Amino acid sequence: MEQPATLLDVRDLHVEFRTRDGVAKAVNGVSYSVAAGETLAVLGESGSGKSVTAQAVMGILDSPPGFVTGGEVLFRGRNLLTMGEEHRRRVRGAKLAMIFQDALSSLNPVMTVGAQLGEMYEVHQGMTRKDARARAVQLMDRVRIPAAKERVRDYPHQFSGGMRQRIMIAMALALEPDLIIADEPTTALDVTVQAQVMDLLAELQREYNMGLVLITHDLGVVADVADKIAVMYAGRIVETAPVHELYKRPAHPYTRGLLDSIPRLDHKGQELYAIKGLPPSLTAIPPGCPFNPRCPRAQDICRSDRPPLYAVEPGRASACHFWKETLDES
Amino acid sequence: MRADGEAILEVRDLVKHYPLTRGILIRKQIGAVHAVDGVSFDLRRGETLGIVGESGCGKSTVAKLLVSLERPTSGHIRYKGEDVTKLSGRALKAVRRNIQMVFQDPYTSLNPRMTVGDIIGEPFEIHPEVAPKGSRRRRVQELLDVVGLNPEYINRYPHQFSGGQRQRIGIARGLALRPEVIVADEPVSALDVSVQAQVVNLLERLQNEFDLSYVFIAHDLSVVRHISDRVAVMYLGRLAEVGTDAQIYDHPTHPYTQALLSAVPVPDPDARERRERILLTGDVPSPAHPPSGCRFRTRCWKAQEKCARVVPPLEVPDWFREGGGPAAHVSACHYAEERHVVPVREPGAEAPVSWNGP
Repeated sequence: MEQPATLLDVRDLHVEFRTRDGVAKAVNGVSYSVAAGETLAVLGESGSGKSVTAQAVMGILDSPPGFVTGGEVLFRGRNLLTMGEEHRRRVRGAKLAMIFQDALSSLNPVMTVGAQLGEMYEVHQGMTRKDARARAVQLMDRVRIPAAKERVRDYPHQFSGGMRQRIMIAMALALEPDLIIADEPTTALDVTVQAQVMDLLAELQREYNMGLVLITHDLGVVADVADKIAVMYAGRIVETAPVHELYKRPAHPYTRGLLDSIPRLDHKGQELYAIKGLPPSLTAIPPGCPFNPRCPRAQDICRSDRPPLYAVEPGRASACHFWKETLDES
Repeated sequence: MRADGEAILEVRDLVKHYPLTRGILIRKQIGAVHAVDGVSFDLRRGETLGIVGESGCGKSTVAKLLVSLERPTSGHIRYKGEDVTKLSGRALKAVRRNIQMVFQDPYTSLNPRMTVGDIIGEPFEIHPEVAPKGSRRRRVQELLDVVGLNPEYINRYPHQFSGGQRQRIGIARGLALRPEVIVADEPVSALDVSVQAQVVNLLERLQNEFDLSYVFIAHDLSVVRHISDRVAVMYLGRLAEVGTDAQIYDHPTHPYTQALLSAVPVPDPDARERRERILLTGDVPSPAHPPSGCRFRTRCWKAQEKCARVVPPLEVPDWFREGGGPAAHVSACHYAEERHVVPVREPGAEAPVSWNGP
């Protein structure tokens, strides 16, 4: 099979937040890449840096207090971080799009959805208002909003949560981007609606051969849609692997712990395995491996030496000194 | 099975309508939100009854009714045979002591200006007979210890704790009056996966230690299966199906339960091909204008003319009663039919045995 071209290539990205309580190192050397038609899931708990990484990629980091302190974000080979703002804005609008978790607060409450969707065509493609409005109706049809022609004049609050998330997807799709970054797109939705929205997103991705970065904490959603996975912990990627391998044989104790700690739908099970303790504060990440205070496998080396991302197998890497033992045990 | 069969709570035909009004000077009722519309179930001593459903189905309203934070429009809640809905004053206060609540959001359900000691000790102000004044501080420290927090944290404020620790504080407050029943409304849904497991284990340990009965309300079907002995599925103010965890998850007979279960993403990429997903169309109708007959019929692929006319009773369907077996449990559907929707792990791909480290 021919290797598809890499769309997005994040290299050694560092982001920190300078706050009154000290410097919070939110992202500490994150690298990942996504090709056309591929779905990368970035999995992590709150505070792992998964959303901040995406914000830095999109150039929507709140700055100050957030600063990108190192690394490159290559989109089709060109570094977005060193590009002029005007140039970057054009790329971002047309080629990269983002879907947020909370559709109600991401849409403008005093503009009709038709006006918001149409605005994209007016600003980026210089369409007339009338043409733009017609395109907005087409888009709403595309994401299967019933009676699009009438509803184009409605305001965001008049839609249900699932329908609002569809409007967000429509907005992200409007300019036919090459890559979509979706940050917890279905977390706020009920499970039956979540299934509808994820199916829609997957279908559109196939149709347009887009790259998709899916940021989530939900191991179920990841298993359903991802091609490959990057697991984040304390601002670092601790494991990357193709989806089947990661679930079958995790190579990092944190991934292993996460998989063991979720209750199952197909049987009742015994007491849940619980990872002890809490994720570290980003202003005081422990030396060595950031997971060592919670890790059942930690040795002296884990408290002193930070593990690099060891290559485990082709396409797999793990930031654990004992990746081999972890892998063998699974 | 932990439950010994004796019902500690009996809920019968519970109804809660919130009036919709128009006008400021002359208020006229123009309708009602049918939040809970005829719900009946028993909670047995020592068991956990899980209630699942999507947002707006009325599960949180049931929780508020159970702990008497809301008064029902009609129906009965009997605690050890006594009808709580008819009580007031001192008698109501005594019952309330025994039915306590744990809330969803550990960030907003704790007063940020009170210390942890004051938060957990506050129930003693209202029910001083449980702990005399002199012993309260010690009692609070005991409670902190019970939920796995350092007793020395008694003078700290909620913001100094993480989400999981805050939920432990909320649980300690719920335990303070030594209740027999705890109603937990989405107690782990605001927590991260690794912390969620800690709190679920804590709730199970406390249940065994203090012989508690739980009503556990959640939208996460996997968590509910893990913790519950029996599960009730709710849709638009009514119960659709009630049974043991195996009856509901492995042998669902109500179409809504089947759709709900089939939509849950399973953390197993191999299940992608095997699973059969029932995609529902449309959204949940407004509880202000619920459909006639069966509430689910507007989204149901099996709906017939009868479903619009006749409200399906929550009974064991006749055609299952004969044979017995796991399909013979109450299901409010005229055309109840067994269907397996939860993908089961292939035998070759067994989950690794739980790992507690070297």
